Parts: sequence; structure tokens; C-alpha cells
Amino acid sequence: MKQLLTCFRVFIVLTLLTGVLYPLAVTAVVRLIFPYRAGGSLVVVQKKAVGSELIGQQFTSYRYFQPRPSAIAYNPLPSGGSNLSCTSLQLRDSVENRGRQFCNSNRLSRQTVVPPDMLFASASGLDPDISPEAARLQIARVARERNYSKAQTAALALLVEHSVAPPQMGFLGEPRVNVLRLNEALDNLK
Amino acid sequence: MHPMDVVQVIVYIAALTVLAPLLGAYMADVLSQKRCFLSPLLRPVENALYRLSGVDPEEEMTWKQYCVALLIFSGLGMAVVFCLQLTQKILPFNPQHLPAVSWHLALNTAISFMTNTNWQAYAGETTLSYLTQFLGLTVQNFVSAATGIAVFAALCRGIGRRSSETIGNFWADCVRSTVYILLPLSLVFAVILVGQGVVQTLRPYVTVTTIEGQQQTIPLGPAASQIAIKQLGTNGGGFFNANSAHPFENPTPLSNFLEMLAILLVAASMTYTFGKMVGSKRQGWILFVSMLVLFIGGLTVSLYAEHADNRLLGVAGSLEGKETRFGITNSVIWSTATTAASNGSINAMHESLSPLAALVAMFNMMVGEVIFGGVGSGLYGMIAYVILAVFIAGLMVGRTPEYLGKKIESFEIKMSVIAVLASSIVVLFSGALACITPAGLATLSTSGTHGLTEILYAFASAANNNGSAFAGLNANTPFYDLLTGAAMLIGRFSVSVPMLAVAGHLAQKKFTPPSAGTFPTDGALFVLLLLGTIIIIGALNFFPVLSLGPVIEHLFFIAGKGF
Repeated sequence: MKQLLTCFRVFIVLTLLTGVLYPLAVTAVVRLIFPYRAGGSLVVVQKKAVGSELIGQQFTSYRYFQPRPSAIAYNPLPSGGSNLSCTSLQLRDSVENRGRQFCNSNRLSRQTVVPPDMLFASASGLDPDISPEAARLQIARVARERNYSKAQTAALALLVEHSVAPPQMGFLGEPRVNVLRLNEALDNLK
Repeated sequence: MHPMDVVQVIVYIAALTVLAPLLGAYMADVLSQKRCFLSPLLRPVENALYRLSGVDPEEEMTWKQYCVALLIFSGLGMAVVFCLQLTQKILPFNPQHLPAVSWHLALNTAISFMTNTNWQAYAGETTLSYLTQFLGLTVQNFVSAATGIAVFAALCRGIGRRSSETIGNFWADCVRSTVYILLPLSLVFAVILVGQGVVQTLRPYVTVTTIEGQQQTIPLGPAASQIAIKQLGTNGGGFFNANSAHPFENPTPLSNFLEMLAILLVAASMTYTFGKMVGSKRQGWILFVSMLVLFIGGLTVSLYAEHADNRLLGVAGSLEGKETRFGITNSVIWSTATTAASNGSINAMHESLSPLAALVAMFNMMVGEVIFGGVGSGLYGMIAYVILAVFIAGLMVGRTPEYLGKKIESFEIKMSVIAVLASSIVVLFSGALACITPAGLATLSTSGTHGLTEILYAFASAANNNGSAFAGLNANTPFYDLLTGAAMLIGRFSVSVPMLAVAGHLAQKKFTPPSAGTFPTDGALFVLLLLGTIIIIGALNFFPVLSLGPVIEHLFFIAGKGF
């Protein structure tokens, strides 16, 4: 009986410490030092949030760089992947279709090796990035859709190269391009 | 594989090896009630907690009292999480007005978090209110890890003490593990994670109009504080459905590296803590090396499998269910680490892994989560294997087996056999049940060999308190909620209770000085014997069913055939 009472008291005390004080303390500290990150890294264009830098969003128009395929069509409620196995015939068909579509829309020859990130759906369905190669292969299409001059196309190519985030600290992870940030900069390109 | 991939693997393993003795020494001081460098700051907090909860930390417990305390404390935690979910609709901090959770899902989730499994039959962002997340789940993230450390500490004392009836005070062990180990690490880690982009806010979800004019609702929440402890405490339950693949849980390669490190850090450090507490640091290193060998073996197979050509899909290395920023290598280090530790968080969808990588993940879980394993629980699970290995060695040399100066007798061996085999029995029987009942087959996402693997993975994960999943299986049905719930309960307590009994019995024994007939447990020979015991038990239990699952799928995979 005494154990039971102790049990209740220990549980309440630890709940207050780890379930109330701890999360509130973290919330208070990060609000001071990382307000942008803590609030979801929201990208603001003309005083309106257009998305989060970290959450991928759909771009259907060929005037914009296209993100990766998503099993949830970039609807974050809830996040998730396709969960297809790598021996799935359904996955094979999707991969073939995506490869064909990527080549057709970008007027690439069928021999082009399509970057795998454009063939496969991500784990979260919200991947904000594509590989640098996937971005480069889309430059000509975007320039065409926007009727860019040669000089503008060169500026666009430069913008893509500037958008490439190298492996973090030189060795961690893969090089990548944030699609939302790139498309936001694209709209500002003169 | 790119040379950079190898660099990442090496840096990861090196960081783990360097940090393990540092944290391990600190934890040994904490659990032996010695002064440590945080004492001036935290001693007042600790004492205040004892005063508020009426605990006398000097009051010693027998193993039975310790066990009762563990069980009622776990039961209470489970009841609270269960009730929070059923009533979240009318409670505060529910900005999305999420309804009450169904009783079977609530029960499953309550068991899951109490047992340090953190199996996700729910989708966080569409099921649980902020209050449920931080007052229910975050608390269990801490205390389920703390109870694991407590049982581990009791076992160390059982081995270290001579002719003693008691093995420490459960409440003091829980408080100390939380205050000195889990909380400071989590505080620092949570802030670093937010710096990388993990969200931490109590504001409601934001709905934005995207550049192309569509609506997108972006979920937010107090995620960082929970993710820090979810990794450090080998819990693994995601704040969001996609777990650590979600950019708000794991936004950058650096956050990914640190989270991977956190997954194994505390459990790996426990080997050093063990060595220090039982008075033989070498013995701690022997366990560390044994675990590391198994880890690196599994990692090598997984890396090979994931980078191999996929002839069916016509690519070298599939990115299905993987994130661009992590690539293949970081997804594979994670899938191996998270299943080696009983963490179960994911940064890539395990269902889309190649068959061999999935096999490694399942093997890691099936041997009972002892390759580093859970915080505390990994090491006390490993000691069960050590006792069996010592017993086998004793049979070979024809003497009464001894370990660290304690005679190993029939009671300890019986308890260890229970600890090692109970979860295997649960996996095989519940898997079989699911295969022959319509309710078990109804929610598979695919049929054939991959469907069998889905079922097998679910129960291997639940019964060994891992929590990762082949997420194609819809496990939120009364059948799976209840069956995996039962598996999680048995998996947790069929190891911790027997090992507490072992602790109690070892504590009562006298010290037996090593003699010519003692089998040395601190050399390479013992490492081999221990590895053999683990692999043989794992392989013998599961080889037939694994052959029907991932092994057959692998044969189809290399032939370029699909389903």
C-alpha cells in the first residue's frame, strides 16, 4: 500500500518534470534563439506564407522545377511513403511511367539515365529536395516554358548551381536542391 | 558505393566508440550514487524530487519488492496514457480538435509507449493532440527508458554485491536515471535539433496557399522535445506518421547523423557502465565488441544489398521510400542501427528495403534486441545470453559455470532461457495465428512472400519492443492492436522480471575466486562463444520462417522477378 502511494507520487512528480517543465523549457528557449526554425521554417512571399522550406509541395506547371514523386501527393495529413516492396510489379510500372514522363516533358532521349530521385517516391512524401542532376535536366524545359532568352537561360543555370547544397560539413548526406527555394528564386529571376 | 559513403560509416562507428566510455563512466557514477560533474547542479533537483514524492533513496529493496515497484509503476503509466487518449477531445492543447482515439488503438499505444516499444499503429499528426503527445507520450519516453536503466542497475548490483538480500531502490534509480542522464542529454539535443529545423511550438497547424495556389496544411507541434528523448531513450515513436523520415523530425544530414548517434549512444555506453559497476572494465569492452561485431556484420550485408543493382526496376540502388538528403547509405546505417537498438524510429520506409536489408533488420530484432538493444534492456538481455554462453562453456570444461565470481546455477539458467526464448515463442505463434485467420490477412498490403514478411516483421518488432514496421500492413485493427499489444507486454516483462530474479539470486551468493577450472570470460574466445550462442539461437528459431519470407524474396530479387 505504501508502495502504491509512492508510485503515484513519483509518477506525478516525473510527469511534471518530463511532461510539462521539460517541453515548456525547450519551447521557451528555442523561441528565443531559433524562432524561424521552431515555427516550421515558413517561407514568406509578399507577407504571406507560401509553404515551409522543409516541406515539399506540389508543382504541376512545367514553368516550375518539379519535385519528386510523392505517395501522398504532398498532402501532409498524414505523411508517408508508398510502402511498395522493391520486388513489386506495381512499383516497376510506376518507375517506367515516371521515367518516360520525365524524358518526354524535358525532351530528353530515352537513353538518358533519369536520376533515381525522380523515379521513386520519398519516405515522407514531403521530401523538399531533388538531386542536382534532376534540377539540371529540367533547366531547358523551364527556360522554354518561360520563353527565356539565351542570357536568361544562362542566368537560370547559374541559379540552379547556386541552389545546390553540398554534403553538410563536407561529408554528411547527399548534395541536393531545395525545390521550393529554387522556384521562389525562379519567380524573382529577371 | 562512393568513397564518401564509407567515410560516413567510419565516422559514425568511430564517434560511437569514442563517446561510449565517456558517457558510460558518467552513468556508472550516477547509478552508484557517486558524485559527478553535474552533481552541484542536479543534486538539489534530485533531493527535491525525493521530498516531493516521499522516497527514501537509502531504503533498499529485495528483488521481489523491486519487481513489484517496476510493475505497478509501468501499469500506472500505461493507464494514464490510455485515459489521456480516450479523453483528449475535451482536454486542452488540442488545437486541431482531434477526436478521442478508439479504445483498441489507445490500449495498443499505451502499452507500446510504456514498454519502450513505440510501435506506431497511429498517425501522430492526425490522431493525437498536443497534450497527449507531451503529457502522455513524452513522459513515457522518459520513464520507460528510466525503468530499463533501473533494472540494468539492479542487475549490476546483483553481480557486484556479495551475500546481499537487496539490489537497490527502484524509485531512486528511476529518478536518478531521469534527472542525471536522460533529461540533460535531451535538453541539449532538443535545442540542437531545433537549430537544424525540427519544429517546437504549441501553435496550431498552418494552412498556406502554395506558389501554384493550392492549399497545404502544415502540421506543427512540440516535436523536438519528444524526438530528442525518442532517440536517446531508444523509444522511436514518431511525432509524425513518417517518423524520422519527416523533414520536421529530421531535417538535415547533420540532424540525421546526430539522431543515428543518439539511437545507439546510451545503449552502447551501458557496456562500459556495466564493466565499471561490476569491477571489470574489460568485461564491458568484451560485450561492446561482441555487439559491434554483430552490428558491423549486419550493416555490411545491408549496404551491399541496398547498393546492388535492382534488375527488376533497372536501377542501381532504389530510392523508393528514401529521402534525397539522406541517400541510400544513411538510410541503411539507420535501418541497421534502429533495429539493433530497440529504437524502431525510421528515416526510410523499411517495407521498401531490399529483401536482404529487411532480413538484417528482422534478425537484429529477433535475437532479442541485444545488439546494443534498448537503453538498459539491451544489456540485461545480453546478460541472459552471457549466462547461457557461460553455461555452455561450463558443460565443455565440466565445471560449475561462473561469471564474474558468481556461480551460475540452475535457477539463473532457467531464468535466462525464459528471457531469451519467450519473445521468440510469441513472434512465431502470433505470426502463425495471423497467417491462418481472416482478420490477420485482411489488412496486408500485398500477398505472397512479401506479405508473410509483413506479418513476421510486425510481431518481431512488437515482441522485442522495437517498434519499427513494414508500414504497408494496416495494423490499426482490433486484431493487430490487441495481438501486438500482448506481444509487447510479454516481450518487455518476460525479460525484465526474470533478469531481476537473476539479480536477486546473484546478490545473495558469495564471491568465488577464479580457479584453474574457471572459463575466462574476458577474451576473444568468449566473444566467439557468445556470438555463436546468439546467432545459433536466432537462426535455429527463425531460419524456417525467414526462408519463406525474405530469403525467397531475395532469390526472386536477384533473378529480376517481381510480384
